[in-house]
Amino acid sequence: MTKKAFEKVAANGLISRRHLLGLGVAGSGLAISGAALGADSQINFQIPSWSRQPGPGPSAYGSRSPYAEDLERLSGFTNPTYPGGGASRSPLQHLQGTITPNSLHFERHHAGVPNIDPSQHNLVINGLVRQPLVFRYEDLLKYQMVSRIHFLECSGNSGALLRGEVGGSAQSLHGLVSCAEWTGIPLSTLLDEAGVLPEAKWVAAVGADGASMGRSVPIAKALDDVMVALYQNGEAVRPEQGYPMRLFCPGWEGNISVKWLTQLKLTAEPSQFRDETSKYTDTLPNRLSYQFTFPMGSKSLITSPSGEMTLDQTGIYQVTGIAWSGRGSIRKVEVSADGGQTWAEAAIQGHQLDRALTRFTIPWEWNGGRAILQSRATDSEGNIQPTRDALIAEKGTLSFYHTPCIQSWGVDEQGQVTNVYV
Amino acid sequence: MYKSLFLSVLFFFITTSSMIVNPQDGVRLGIPISEEDLQGFDLIAAPDGSGFPLGNGTARQGKDVYDINCAVCHGANGEGTSGNTIIVGGDMQSEGPPLRTVGSYWPYATTLFDFIRRAMPATAPKSLSNEQVYQVTAYVLYMNDIIGQDAELSASSLINIQMPNADGFIDRSHIQ
Repeated sequence: MTKKAFEKVAANGLISRRHLLGLGVAGSGLAISGAALGADSQINFQIPSWSRQPGPGPSAYGSRSPYAEDLERLSGFTNPTYPGGGASRSPLQHLQGTITPNSLHFERHHAGVPNIDPSQHNLVINGLVRQPLVFRYEDLLKYQMVSRIHFLECSGNSGALLRGEVGGSAQSLHGLVSCAEWTGIPLSTLLDEAGVLPEAKWVAAVGADGASMGRSVPIAKALDDVMVALYQNGEAVRPEQGYPMRLFCPGWEGNISVKWLTQLKLTAEPSQFRDETSKYTDTLPNRLSYQFTFPMGSKSLITSPSGEMTLDQTGIYQVTGIAWSGRGSIRKVEVSADGGQTWAEAAIQGHQLDRALTRFTIPWEWNGGRAILQSRATDSEGNIQPTRDALIAEKGTLSFYHTPCIQSWGVDEQGQVTNVYV
Repeated sequence: MYKSLFLSVLFFFITTSSMIVNPQDGVRLGIPISEEDLQGFDLIAAPDGSGFPLGNGTARQGKDVYDINCAVCHGANGEGTSGNTIIVGGDMQSEGPPLRTVGSYWPYATTLFDFIRRAMPATAPKSLSNEQVYQVTAYVLYMNDIIGQDAELSASSLINIQMPNADGFIDRSHIQ
């Protein structure tokens, strides 16, 4: 079998994205080159048993294939001193496209998931308004809504890269990011109804969970693109995501999109909640700490091949991953196979939406040697994803929030993929 | 006939355009309430002194509240039972990674009252009375050598406490 020569666009095997279709690979996972043909293969062409009998009929609520049930969120430890607290991470290395299924959307809770009866749930607007109001859930459903596809990322996502830990998968290292279509009422609609007074500069948002988690949102953002989200990928927002309603602040660090939203208080100053002072702040090497770091950085990540995977043979692989920015859309993603020495531009697989996950892909020929795979995002504002060294030079390693640096996946001669630092 | 057609077309445009331009006009379903209705619901106790309930307490009174409700996680003296539960000690200027606690890190004393009232104790949030919250807030500040054992903590004294790391933050809220 003659080996077709593909146009190499960067060192160590990266192939022009123009060859994407010619390779006949389906974007996901690994393309196998040199596979045995026809009768030599072990493929069974007998009519399978499932084609010889009717299956079960329609069901009330769908479930996934039993053969795909190993896709799970990765839950962290349970801590008796922190009941209900903690996080679970999306299985990024097994997902495709850009939308995270609701059951696999990452979680971060500060006092567990409350079991809220929507008929007993109130949304209050008070403080510096002409008329304090309370909204009932059933009434909110009558408002005109907007739908937006946006990522949500925990401030602490990828923080392990600054802790010096070496192991891990895309999921365990970076799984605190997900993307969904959020549908809800523009917050400005509800604030206008209450009548925002000129001296109101902040909106304190409080949830109905056990922690009554609160965050302060600047009024400019609140009146711009923040929504009270009632639907997630078309169905009611999941309990883990804030049922019956959550705040959604596009592009900003995750926990400001307060879940189980029950109060919006207009204030002149930030309320200085625990989770915007002692937590979610970044201590710098000079021991001063950044407070209110809102937009998430320009960021990308190769999800396949990625940590804890093994390449089982040399040949063509479809490198794929996700990119996102809290400041706009993704303009381009570059991929390197030699640890950042040379770069090739990846193809964008689908949507390139504002503050949403964007899927990139590029073919790569593994020659059986060592490689270091990296991706680097540039957003529509020109923000370029920094290297880990550059991020550490800027922010140090005393804090682990807001960590958008380049991920390096090392491939060794056995094909094993691990998190490495270059 | 043309005239009636013209009028009906005109009528169509007037009615439909008004529906298109202001579709939300009829949807104003917020129910008016007063701030008094929110006593006990609005738990936001802010650095400007707003939102604090009546009452006060001292660290001496707070020791029992702490021992019964808090020590199981935060330790008898605030030393904690895990990294996240240490609430006493630390120094932001220490060599190596600083231990960040209420005493060494938190910029506002009001946040302590606000957080305890809304979220603590973790197994039974909002189970303390307002008096108990003042008392245990005083006790945590006392353990951090920020107030005296018999200092009376109230809304007016809380907002005047200068926390050791109050000047340790860089506000980046303008970056949006």
